[in-house]
Amino acid sequence: MPEGGTLAGVPPPAPPGRPLVALQGVEKRYATGTLAVRGVNLDIPRGEFLSLLGPSGCGKSTLLRMIAGLIAPSSGTIDWPASPHDARGAAQPRLGFVFQEPTLLPWSSALSNAALPLKLEGMPRSEREDRAAGALARVGLAGFERTYPRALSGGMRMRVSIARALVTRPDILLMDEPFAALDEITRFRLNNDLLEIWQETGFTVVFVTHSVFESVYLSRRIAVMAARPGRIEREVGVPAPYPRGEAFRTSAEYAAVCRTVSLALGEAIAHRGAA
Amino acid sequence: MTGVDDAPRPEPVRRVLFLPAELWPRILMPILIGALSLGAWEWAVRANEVPVYILPPPSVIWAALLRDWPSLSVSLGITLQITFAALIVAAAAGLALAVLFAQSKWVELSLFPYAVVLQVTPIVAIAPLIIIWVDDIRLALLICAWIVAFFPILSNTTLGLNSVDHNLVDLFRLYRATRFQTLIFLRLPAAMPYFLSGLRISGGLALIGAIVAEFVAGTGGRASGLAYRILEAGYQLQIPRMFAALFLICLTGIAIFLALGLVQHLALRRWHESAMRKEG
Ligand SMILES: Nc1ncnc2c1ncn2[C@@H]1O[C@H](COP(=O)(O)OP(=O)(O)OP(=O)(O)O)[C@@H](O)[C@H]1O
Ligand SMILES: [Mg+2]
Repeated sequence: MPEGGTLAGVPPPAPPGRPLVALQGVEKRYATGTLAVRGVNLDIPRGEFLSLLGPSGCGKSTLLRMIAGLIAPSSGTIDWPASPHDARGAAQPRLGFVFQEPTLLPWSSALSNAALPLKLEGMPRSEREDRAAGALARVGLAGFERTYPRALSGGMRMRVSIARALVTRPDILLMDEPFAALDEITRFRLNNDLLEIWQETGFTVVFVTHSVFESVYLSRRIAVMAARPGRIEREVGVPAPYPRGEAFRTSAEYAAVCRTVSLALGEAIAHRGAA
Repeated sequence: MTGVDDAPRPEPVRRVLFLPAELWPRILMPILIGALSLGAWEWAVRANEVPVYILPPPSVIWAALLRDWPSLSVSLGITLQITFAALIVAAAAGLALAVLFAQSKWVELSLFPYAVVLQVTPIVAIAPLIIIWVDDIRLALLICAWIVAFFPILSNTTLGLNSVDHNLVDLFRLYRATRFQTLIFLRLPAAMPYFLSGLRISGGLALIGAIVAEFVAGTGGRASGLAYRILEAGYQLQIPRMFAALFLICLTGIAIFLALGLVQHLALRRWHESAMRKEG
């Protein structure tokens, strides 16, 4: 793997009590009047693997897009205490974002797609292509640098999308139901590969999903959300150690946590509108 | 991490005489129909002894084309010049204005209605004015052809610039891309297929605009494109020559359409669905 060592730059452990990102009373009301998210308080420490789990329409994407800075909260604050800030005081965390669709430039090769964030930063061509090739190799796509998205399978396109998110060596990777459109076998493989990269690299992940099983398999912590208005109903920890593999998937412990989370999700759905 | 083994393998394309096999029927069938129609025309005219000044048979038209080729080819050259100049100006202006529209909603709101006015005004109605105002008759013809060719490029490109996947727009925002970067690396490439299909429509329209304007200019105008030849031949009752000029106009239109289609295919073949070869 070229450039492997640089991709695996493990960030220094955060001082205790200083999360990577802290959400305080975050609320989002869209112009249409929909209250999509209400009263979210959430600390995400460095190195965390957090899933946002909830039924469709409960505001998972809205919350994720607020963390990404793509939309502003209507009230409440989102602080990045450990990240650099620009002259106007706005936080400049290094973000990677993976959408539900691969969202690639169809006119660019896999390599150019993976190199896009670096190109926008103004990095010289040879340097950014080296790094993009490293990121592609990291997601198992060595040899496909010159291939266009059209000629890649759905799973491979998603891998390019992940390589693009990783190429800037982000502090935090935000993923919005990234594997929802894939078949189960491909999804399992991508789950394993994602965990492997996360363990090696040590960035933080916020992973949106509506699959109980996927969230339990991947995360250290699960925020169970409820709809109307969207809110975090409960947090569930998954104590199992990493690395996790097929053995974990079939263990009694996994089944037990899935049960707990399913019950929490069921309650969240049943209580909807009550708050 | 393990490599991926779900790579689709490209299928080799079967070729006959350098062209993909499934392309041949698309070339041969129209030619066959054309040949049959010409044969029927020739036979019908001869069998019914239709006079040449009413409807000449294809053989006589062909003879007229060969005989008058020196003067007709000069006219063809002039018509082609006007058409292409108008198309190039329309493409450049349409693209530039569309980019301007994409940069500012206000500019679009204030100017787009006038582009529509330009589009809906019949060219025959304003051609006389333009010919009066503009001294140089060729320039006047060029302006007429430009007016007709301009709108499809403008409206298609505007549509293309605005129909970018909004997730990609978000991605560019996330990486703090400048407006210029977003335009160059995202909006313009995404608008490319729209621009090219606009260009393809405008190619034919530019030719029509050039011909129509020359008809309006009439024999009084000092231009001598193909439309002038048709008028001239009409006054002299040289009906085969009229048909020969008409034939050249049709041929030019078809050639423009095919050439721009080829441009479209070459520019987009690597990524866009419209340029994908259909399998099977
Ligand atoms: N741009 C918008 N304008 C107005 N309302 C919106 C907008 N985006 C989302 N909403 C509304 O906000 C609520 C939460 O939407 P959001 O997309 O965050 O849910 P989600 O949990 O991601 O759902 P899904 O699992 O279906 O993706 C929904 O009721 C939705 O209709
Ligand atoms: Mg969503």
